[in-house]
Amino acid sequence: MHELSLCRSIYGIVDRARDQREVEVVYLQVGQLRQVVPETLVYCWTLVTDATPLAGSRLDIDHVPVVLDCRACAARTSVAHTLVLTCAECGSGDIALHSGEEFMVTSMDLTVLEASGQEP
Amino acid sequence: MGRFHRHDDGTEHDHDHPHDRAHQPDPEGSAVSAEHGDLSAYGTGVERVSVLERIFDENDRAAATNRAAFDAHGVRAVNLMSSPGAGKTAVLVHTLRHLQERGVRAGVVEGDIETSLDADRLTGLGAQVALLNTGNGFGGECHLDAPMVARALGDLDLDTLDLLLVENVGNLVCPAEFDIGAHDSVMVYAITEGEEKPLKYPVMFRSVGVVLVNKMDLLPYLDFDLAMFRDNLARVNPQARVIEVSARTGAGLDEWHGWLTAGVAAAAVGEAVT
Repeated sequence: MHELSLCRSIYGIVDRARDQREVEVVYLQVGQLRQVVPETLVYCWTLVTDATPLAGSRLDIDHVPVVLDCRACAARTSVAHTLVLTCAECGSGDIALHSGEEFMVTSMDLTVLEASGQEP
Repeated sequence: MGRFHRHDDGTEHDHDHPHDRAHQPDPEGSAVSAEHGDLSAYGTGVERVSVLERIFDENDRAAATNRAAFDAHGVRAVNLMSSPGAGKTAVLVHTLRHLQERGVRAGVVEGDIETSLDADRLTGLGAQVALLNTGNGFGGECHLDAPMVARALGDLDLDTLDLLLVENVGNLVCPAEFDIGAHDSVMVYAITEGEEKPLKYPVMFRSVGVVLVNKMDLLPYLDFDLAMFRDNLARVNPQARVIEVSARTGAGLDEWHGWLTAGVAAAAVGEAVT
């Protein structure tokens, strides 16, 4: 998909949240249903952060599997390879998504610098 | 996420600071785990800071703004998606004529990477047409997103519209990811595309409420198995409504237009209530 523009969005989120501190790792949650290629995202991150204050930081991606709550039989099942969302217990397509659509920056590791004891 | 800003005069604000529009309260709740201002206790090391921001948040906020604008003016907004060549524009030619005859005031946001060809085909049919070219010299965006649609709304007068049709960029992958603020999402699917596409593009097919199965006039010349297509679609999206049409002959479009005008009526009621 368009991982480059997604990285620009991630950059904006991280840059606002880091408050001028150095970023080492950005932790993402990417649900299985998201049309995002992780390797491409990681590569595009290097492009987007090149020659910026975030250069050298890396993405750490937590893949969240699709888990379904079946409205027909109340089972909670996961989806393996196919993205046809049917209950693994009873085959019903009447399901609610418990997880699998996440796409967020959850946290980041910031370098903490030695302080002089002054207040900003 | 959450940070405190300390100003020179010593006053502090939380992340709802007024001149920092990008900071919005996170709907999932956020943990404040980093305060800056008192650095005296820190040494060197790494600190894990909670962020909890959805990457599509910026788009989704713009989409909510669009939707609120539609609701405030009683406009029903429909996102029309398909692969290239399935017949979105051909259907719209019929639809705009029908709406004009019945006095339904229609607007179109026409999304294409390049050219105004589609927008040109839709002029003279009584609708306001706003063109969005996503080409920027570097290939262009393969989809419309909410901020783009918001810009197009500047070329339209929502006060004088009952229905807005957004013709998205021809693409079975990316448009499904972007909420543009529409009330409904509809796909135009041509029977020349085969029966298995719902299984190959489940995210797109899950995102729509209606599938117009187009080019039905070609059925005698194809090996297309309509029952198999319906079955595949039902596996991916049991709630999707299928309407068989031919933009070439006009067959089946009455049902599509009936569905559209029901949506327009619902929007009008909504506006009357607010």
